[in-house]
Amino acid sequence: MAYDKFTVLTSTAVPLPIENVDTDQIIPARFLKATERKGFGDNLFRDWRYNSDDTPKQDFVLNNPIYSGKILVAGKNFGSGSSREHAAWAIYDYGFRCVISSFFADIFKGNSLNIGILPVTVSADFLDKIFKAIEADPKTEITVDLPSQTVTIQATGERESFEINGYKKHNMMNGFDDIDYLQAMKNEIAAFAETTPY
Amino acid sequence: MSQQASTLFDKVWDAHVVRKINDGPDVLFIDRHFIHEVTSPVAFLGLEQRGIGVMFPERTFATADHNTPTINQDQPVKDPLSANQLKALETNTAKYGISHWGLNNPKNGIVHVVGPENGITLPGMSIVCGDSHTSTHGAFGAIAFGIGTSEVEMVLSSQCIMQPKPKKMRISVNGQLHKGVLPKDVVLYIISKLTAAGATGYFVEYAGSVFENMSMEGRMTVCNMSIEMGARGGMVAPDETTFNYINGRDKAPKGEAWDKALAYWKTLKTDEDAVFDKEYHFDAADIEPMITYGTNPGMGMGISGSIPTAEAIGSGQASFDKAMNYMGFHQGDAMKGKKVDYVFVGSCTNGRIEDFRAFASIVKGRKKADHVTAWIVPGSHIVEQQIREEGILDILTEAGFQLRQPGCSACLAMNDDKIPAGKYAVSTSNRNFEGRQGPGARTLLASPLVAAAAAVTGVVTDPRELLVEVN
Repeated sequence: MAYDKFTVLTSTAVPLPIENVDTDQIIPARFLKATERKGFGDNLFRDWRYNSDDTPKQDFVLNNPIYSGKILVAGKNFGSGSSREHAAWAIYDYGFRCVISSFFADIFKGNSLNIGILPVTVSADFLDKIFKAIEADPKTEITVDLPSQTVTIQATGERESFEINGYKKHNMMNGFDDIDYLQAMKNEIAAFAETTPY
Repeated sequence: MSQQASTLFDKVWDAHVVRKINDGPDVLFIDRHFIHEVTSPVAFLGLEQRGIGVMFPERTFATADHNTPTINQDQPVKDPLSANQLKALETNTAKYGISHWGLNNPKNGIVHVVGPENGITLPGMSIVCGDSHTSTHGAFGAIAFGIGTSEVEMVLSSQCIMQPKPKKMRISVNGQLHKGVLPKDVVLYIISKLTAAGATGYFVEYAGSVFENMSMEGRMTVCNMSIEMGARGGMVAPDETTFNYINGRDKAPKGEAWDKALAYWKTLKTDEDAVFDKEYHFDAADIEPMITYGTNPGMGMGISGSIPTAEAIGSGQASFDKAMNYMGFHQGDAMKGKKVDYVFVGSCTNGRIEDFRAFASIVKGRKKADHVTAWIVPGSHIVEQQIREEGILDILTEAGFQLRQPGCSACLAMNDDKIPAGKYAVSTSNRNFEGRQGPGARTLLASPLVAAAAAVTGVVTDPRELLVEVN
């Protein structure tokens, strides 16, 4: 599925300083019954965001109008647990294009890159600086620069670089996906299949 | 150290690399692809939108499990959304000529139970599924891991996915396990030591006498939970136990093909001089029956102990306090004696015949505690049949338990099998996340023996106390 190209994103950010945010929190299993990819943003963080009677929980960050933006900043080990791509879809559909954390679970990270969300891994110290900057001023902007692979806190000018492999970087900057790449090498795959023992 | 020395993981991975991309992932060929009703519909939709087809339909196998009822499966599924998903799987598989074991098919069951029990899962294979517990199949010496829906679409359309090669970790457990300690306890112990993110970025090989002496069912339980410490997957080198399990199964190689396969499978082991990026060693004697007290599988402890501090488990205080508040527990609490409302036995972690044998060994001659609601859910129709044939159903019935029909059930609570808010469930499944078993549900992960002890006493109980009485 094609997605928007990602180059440089400057935006305010939503802080979620909780560790081990698993994909059951990002989107609970009971909301995985759709057969199409739409509307998942409504149920992003459903049980943290809404009471059982569907009224908003006032103390949850997504219900606090002070915070907004296209960047989600989360505690370490974000996206652990289930492989459900619905978690990444929900984050994208809500309007986020980038998640910053000090540590991501592998499958979530792969899913995000495949649908056009940039997962940015920063040091624990830098993550702390981002949280402090947002706490000091919820309107502070963060710049995520994919071509130069840097994250900058605009209010303080503090900057850190992040890693991404060249292949995925190229894909994200151009809105390409892996399926296009694989379709173009089907002859090579068919020949390989002939050599496998199974 | 020999230059050529390589690990089991290297051998299987490298045999599947179609192309290496410079400064990018490997293009990995996939031998077997399992799909189910929840993570496949959007992938099939993607094929339609792109106007592309399925490259090797015979390499994909479908079963309905995540979103199926565990009672009255012969009747129409009541929830229209669930029914729609099941229908989509049926339609999509029929359209592309993919094998489909839907509801009421005698082969139906949880994807990670039916693959191995039908001989679809074999040593040395690369296996993926849109489900993180695909790591289960690593028990056979296969590279098996969970993928997202975009990747399901890749496998359908090209039989490949693109993956950076993970780092390698070996976890060795040697010595003699104590009585009453099951494979589930071994893996919960390992996760409690490594934490829920301790193996992220790694693929694990389980080695040592404990795994060598373990049954295939036990190895599947261990490999299944590799993802709960963040590992992409886990594997055990195939041996006689593996070969004996596979031999004669429905889709396993037969005759000459078997001999040829066997000769290959015997080469699938880590060379003596091979180097891992990380190694852990544990002593079997240190492991007791385990139970979790928090909201991730790394928050586990020996059943006779007390809840540790945030500092002792390397957790941030705020996240730890959030977990304790959700669970209604406090640091320093003993787990033994805590009231249990629900017991769930089943899932891809512990829904195989050995698990029901273990459960029955404790409930035999006893009665279910009155206030406990128990959901006993076989992993497949074949397991259900074994439960009947071995007389386990009689033991369960006598003790006041009912057997339900196969499916993922309360492990992820997509169907009606939801634990009510605030209630405590001792569960043989794999995740104790907030709301995993239903909004507000509080999960205590444990082995089938611990589940049985809780089911008959109504409180968290060390199963060794009951085993002693019986024997």
